[in-house]
Amino acid sequence: MNRYLQLFFSFLKIGVFTFGGGYAMIPIIEKEVIDNRCWIERKEFLDLLTLAQSAPGPISLNTAVFVGYKLYGYRGALTALAGVVLPSFLIILTVAIFFTQIRHNQIVDAAFKGIRPIVVALMFAPALGFARSISGVATAVAAAVALLIWYAGISPILLLLAGAVIGILLAARRGKEV
Amino acid sequence: MIYLQLLYSYLKIGFFGFGGGYAMLSLIQNEVVVQNQWMTNAQFTDIVAISQMTPGPIAINSATYIGYTVAGFWGSVVATTAVCLPALTLMILITRFFLQLRDNRYVKGAIAGMKPIVVGMIGAAALLLMFPKSADGASFIDGWSWALFAVAMAASLKKVNPILLIVLGAMAGVAIYYLPTIM
Repeated sequence: MNRYLQLFFSFLKIGVFTFGGGYAMIPIIEKEVIDNRCWIERKEFLDLLTLAQSAPGPISLNTAVFVGYKLYGYRGALTALAGVVLPSFLIILTVAIFFTQIRHNQIVDAAFKGIRPIVVALMFAPALGFARSISGVATAVAAAVALLIWYAGISPILLLLAGAVIGILLAARRGKEV
Repeated sequence: MIYLQLLYSYLKIGFFGFGGGYAMLSLIQNEVVVQNQWMTNAQFTDIVAISQMTPGPIAINSATYIGYTVAGFWGSVVATTAVCLPALTLMILITRFFLQLRDNRYVKGAIAGMKPIVVGMIGAAALLLMFPKSADGASFIDGWSWALFAVAMAASLKKVNPILLIVLGAMAGVAIYYLPTIM
């Protein structure tokens, strides 16, 4: 049981000390899992990380699951996952309970009026950053997607599926040409 | 039943959550604000801000918070579990079949095809907050909002720490909207 506890506390530590989510967590996970514990080879970690980034779900969760699974199978995956989720869950739950009580305080209300435009900018900036890293055609597609969801109310899930299908068809066509 | 609805919504969010935190926010917004109308755009923005300022992945934080707001303690348990389940099962499959997946042309194609969609989804989430369908619960209420947005946009493109920006936004909000009412 000791080894599960060790795994649990390693990921608990990772969960407690990372602000800003996914990408901020990677270097901390890397240090703990490779340098401190020697649980996994660096090369294997980096390979799996690439897949964890392409798989759906928060990247930190995905990383916890593959490290846990590699070590001790299903139980390991569950243990690492619980470790990484539990701190967020407890902290946010406390904040939620507390915040509902002070939400209608005038000062809090004013503060959130100032925060909202900032949050929108924080969401918009990475979209611009990503847009610069993809091709012109892809940027046009991204702009069209944004308009379809925002203006026409099309489901983002449908568009994701459409994108995956088109990507597969393009890959199949390229395959025939080669 | 509210728990089943939360479960279904967050399983979808977890399963289609390609592209990390911000892209997932777009899905969450679609489920929570647009489809189910569990909260307004402004409430959703508040939760995003709180999730940014607390440790942990933003998708988990927002699931816990939104679950709690919608259906209390068990709501937060259901939403958080539901958003984790797809990641758990899919990542185990991926780790097992890693070698076959890594070089599969179609897997690569599908991932490449989804990339521009994910970028567009993030853009849509921001647009929905700026220009919501109903005036109720708008995130932008006056010229000050746009000014703050412009400053934050410039700062975050320069990689200024997001938590610092949120704290400064809160101070600006108090200065703009609260201080004049008591003076």
